Amino acid sequence: MKILVCIKQVPDMESKFKVNAAGNWYDDTDLAWRMNEYDEYAVEQAVQLKQQVGEADLTVLCIGSDRVRETMKKALAMGCDRGAHIADDESYLKDSYAIASLIVSYAKDRGFDLIFTGMQSQDRGSGQVGVLVAEMLGIPSLTTLVEFNYADGTVTAKRELEGGIKAKVSCATPALVTCQLGLNTPRYPTLPNIMKAKKKELISTPAAELNPEASLLEVLQVAPPEKKGGGLVLEGDPADLADQLIKILKEKTTALA
Amino acid sequence: MKILLVAEYRDGKLLGTNSELINFATQGGGENCMFLVGSNSTLPNYTGKLYLADAGQAGEFNPSLHKQLLLNVIEKEQPQMVVLAHSSYGWDLAPRLALALKAAQISEVVEVKDGNLVVPSCNAKLRRQVKSTTDIAVVTLQGGAFTPAEEPSGAPEVIKVEVAAAGGDIQFAGYEEAEAGGVDLSKAEIIVSAGRGIGKPENLEVIENLAKALKGEYGASRPVVDAEWVDPSRQVGTTGQTVTPKLYVACGISGAIQHLAGMKKSEFVLAINTDKDAPIGEIADVLAVADLKQLVPILTEKLNAM
Repeated sequence: MKILVCIKQVPDMESKFKVNAAGNWYDDTDLAWRMNEYDEYAVEQAVQLKQQVGEADLTVLCIGSDRVRETMKKALAMGCDRGAHIADDESYLKDSYAIASLIVSYAKDRGFDLIFTGMQSQDRGSGQVGVLVAEMLGIPSLTTLVEFNYADGTVTAKRELEGGIKAKVSCATPALVTCQLGLNTPRYPTLPNIMKAKKKELISTPAAELNPEASLLEVLQVAPPEKKGGGLVLEGDPADLADQLIKILKEKTTALA
Repeated sequence: MKILLVAEYRDGKLLGTNSELINFATQGGGENCMFLVGSNSTLPNYTGKLYLADAGQAGEFNPSLHKQLLLNVIEKEQPQMVVLAHSSYGWDLAPRLALALKAAQISEVVEVKDGNLVVPSCNAKLRRQVKSTTDIAVVTLQGGAFTPAEEPSGAPEVIKVEVAAAGGDIQFAGYEEAEAGGVDLSKAEIIVSAGRGIGKPENLEVIENLAKALKGEYGASRPVVDAEWVDPSRQVGTTGQTVTPKLYVACGISGAIQHLAGMKKSEFVLAINTDKDAPIGEIADVLAVADLKQLVPILTEKLNAM
């Protein structure tokens, strides 16, 4: 069985974000980078599937500058067999359509039985790439999964809907699935596996060689949201803060009545 | 501009997001019409043409078939924009439709600014103003961003959409309801919620203690539930419970959209967070910039001493 998992490297969302000089995305200096959280679940599920079926080859794919190779090494340490890095210093300028076309260009003749992606990225959050890849490849896709099972060429899964409801769905492979938070418990790479990962194949291919499609979306402006005035911001010593908060709760709410 | 709205229907009921779609279209002016896989016996309040496919034939969840039915309507109506809710139905169907149309897709629109659509990025810390370069665009709307002041009225002009063959590459085997039992936070008057900022499960105790001191319940945001530190029944947000307490204390919760959607109607929101720029600050009445592990125990102690 051939399995592909597509991941993205994103900044830690607790970071302070500044708009870059061109005004089309965030400034990427002084940020801590990590694997997109949704993709951690995708990698974990792919590794679990490989373990379940025994004979399987699991490729992790990531698009971006050389910086993303660090994140790919984590996926290799979690259990992926090989890495396909699509080198692109300007991937942040591409929209979901262009990114999906790059993945498809890599995946189309490689005969993957199952493709895993996160349901969305934490930084852009469009939730499009996975489904677009499947549609471009002409295979079924199941999205927003919180439960995944595979047996005899069929994926049986549960999609998360709103309000705690789930939809029971299934499809035949080859297929693509997008993973929601909570699908499984992503493993931490062990030290021996981190060492082993260093010897695994991790090949970079320039994006231009894969002839990506042009983006369909134009970004006009990136800016922090306008502060809507909103609430009072209090800072200072915790004991003083506690006193101020009690005073406010007494005045503005009936919570302490 | 002509807009085609894609309404939602689940488990025999119309969904509340439909009024947000109508409001979005009305605000933009111009012509609009609606598509729904639903039932003739449950029609939305809407003034305009409603292309209705029967869910009994087309299935409530059958994306490839729904896509095909929509493409037929699009060919007839020639809209410049197709609008769906950014929901489990909408974000699943929209890219399928966008690719078939080779249209740009704009996900999770929160605002229209100078005629362009604005979408959030990086946990709502940034906003992108974007523009489609294609003649038709597929758009999804963030839940709650276009809630109308009043529910729409009127009766639609129903145009039946024929469903030739059911088929499809995905089999849908029904719904699984949320597990019963647990805590009903929707009736709680005071809720103290723990977010990722609690750092480790041992720190949940300080949250529980504050909830006790305030005679309230404790809740949690999604990451805390996914980490299995708190029972899923206590999750506040889109996929958990929607709450409207008199006081909501958000401890170490950055304020992801999905969480805000579940608690922003609270009467009073107190946020405790080390990050002054956390999006929770946008809706909090008071944001105390502090480490909850320091502030919450002191606050609890002072409340207990009162």
